[in-house]
Amino acid sequence: MISLDAVSHDYGGGALFRDVTVQVEPGSFYFLTGPSGAGKSTFMKICYGELKPSSGSVTLLKRDLAAMSRDDLAGVRERIGVVHQDCSFLDHLTLAQNVALPLTATGRPISGSDLDDLMGWVGLTDRADAKPPTLSGGERQRAALARAIVAGPSVLLADEPTGNLDWEMSQRLLMLIIELNRMGTAVVIATHDLTLIRFAKAQVQARVMRIAGRKLQLAGAEL
Amino acid sequence: MSTRPIADLVVPKAGQNVWLVTLSAAAMAFLAVFALALSMSAARLADSWAQALSETATVRIAAQPDEIEAQTAQVLEVLRTTPGIAAATVMAQSDQAALLEPWLGPDLPLDMLPLPRLIEVTEFGGGPDRQGLRLRLAAEAPGAVYDDHTRWRRPLVQAASRLQSFALLSLVLIGGVMTAIVTLAASVALSANRQVIRVLRLVGARDRFIARAFVRRISRRALAGAGVGTALGMAALLALPDPASAVPVLAGIGFHGLSWLWPLSIPALTFVLAWSSSMATAFHILRGVT
Ligand SMILES: Nc1ncnc2c1ncn2[C@@H]1O[C@H](COP(=O)(O)OP(=O)(O)O)[C@@H](O)[C@H]1O
Ligand SMILES: [Mg+2]
Repeated sequence: MISLDAVSHDYGGGALFRDVTVQVEPGSFYFLTGPSGAGKSTFMKICYGELKPSSGSVTLLKRDLAAMSRDDLAGVRERIGVVHQDCSFLDHLTLAQNVALPLTATGRPISGSDLDDLMGWVGLTDRADAKPPTLSGGERQRAALARAIVAGPSVLLADEPTGNLDWEMSQRLLMLIIELNRMGTAVVIATHDLTLIRFAKAQVQARVMRIAGRKLQLAGAEL
Repeated sequence: MSTRPIADLVVPKAGQNVWLVTLSAAAMAFLAVFALALSMSAARLADSWAQALSETATVRIAAQPDEIEAQTAQVLEVLRTTPGIAAATVMAQSDQAALLEPWLGPDLPLDMLPLPRLIEVTEFGGGPDRQGLRLRLAAEAPGAVYDDHTRWRRPLVQAASRLQSFALLSLVLIGGVMTAIVTLAASVALSANRQVIRVLRLVGARDRFIARAFVRRISRRALAGAGVGTALGMAALLALPDPASAVPVLAGIGFHGLSWLWPLSIPALTFVLAWSSSMATAFHILRGVT
């Protein structure tokens, strides 16, 4: 699905991480942890092609990122669901329209009842017609998750998707993601919430990657 | 919920250039109606002047009274054998009197005046070889002058076709200004919406989709503006004073009969122009936004 080979990244102030090699297989479930500022969001951006790494090669859905045209990348993103850490929306559209955007923007049909179900799952049925600027941080994160999965992606990349949520809602969303993973979607969640990771590991075969000391390590069962 | 309506909405409506495109398209279309009318009228004028005047000519014979009959006969003989001339008739004295009446009064003893004899000539095809004809007349009838009105016709026809060139040039300039405005508006709209473009890219939108979302709105505004401008321009032309009563040169400006359909192409052309120039601009800018 997504594979990084000897990837290093450097924003200009020294290397953030070096020589990262990892493969996200279809149907797999990964957590990505590490202290704040370690480069989790950077890693995620590389995984959906928003950022080209300083060196190393990135393969997204069997295609080399460096050789992709913008339209190729768009085609790849049709199949990758992303929850951005900053959850940006089109502020002039309603929440429901924003959630449906991955379908609208790629000319795929939208089923109204599926959309309603999804909004219900993330607890936003009442807010479907609200504009994004009127939402709380938690509501934005739930909407961002709904938008990321509305098109039934092959891979879900979620950057701190539960950062602003209470524990109950976090669990609920995680269960939704786990359900999706059981149906075949590969999942990568960046989080520093160890409780969340423990909760997930009780439900699903999840592996944990940790960025620390400029290295990416695959953690064992020590959590 | 269908895809189309939202696809139209993905670009925010607000922006300083909301009215820029509509208003300029209206103004430009209004001007284009006049330029088009002017160009068509000038063409028609040039044609009709060239046509009406080129088919007739006059031979004037001024000679001593005792020579005039002989020279007239000789001139008629020369004209009869000249290719390009359909007919030649000596103007009757009564007709000549009618021509002079406004200046000299009705009770004119024409016999007493040394009037030149006038022969009306009808040309056909391109008319005769005028240079050759003049030489022959000079030899056979020294008092005869062939006057085909060319001297004063040419500058008129020239002026009319120059006028037509100016009108066409104006149309081209109007199109150029419209293109510039649309290009500017498209680039402002895209630059002001980088965040929108980023979000659309994130969810897998291709350049074509993003460009269309902007272009569709701009082109529609251009179309609406041009429609209004064209309608106003046509109304203004209709409101011009009655051609028959106006100065002859102005009489032709406007459209006649089916040519009223021509200005209707202005909104369509504006739309095509707006679509293609904003599409090109959008693709150019999208290439630079990652
Ligand atoms: N666009 C950028 N330009 C320069 N530095 C950046 C940029 N984005 C992030 N950084 C820096 O890179 C480091 C890692 O950031 P990030 O990947 O967001 O970490 P995390 O998500 O783990 O908190 C931080 O020190 C941050 O300041
Ligand atoms: Mg981060």
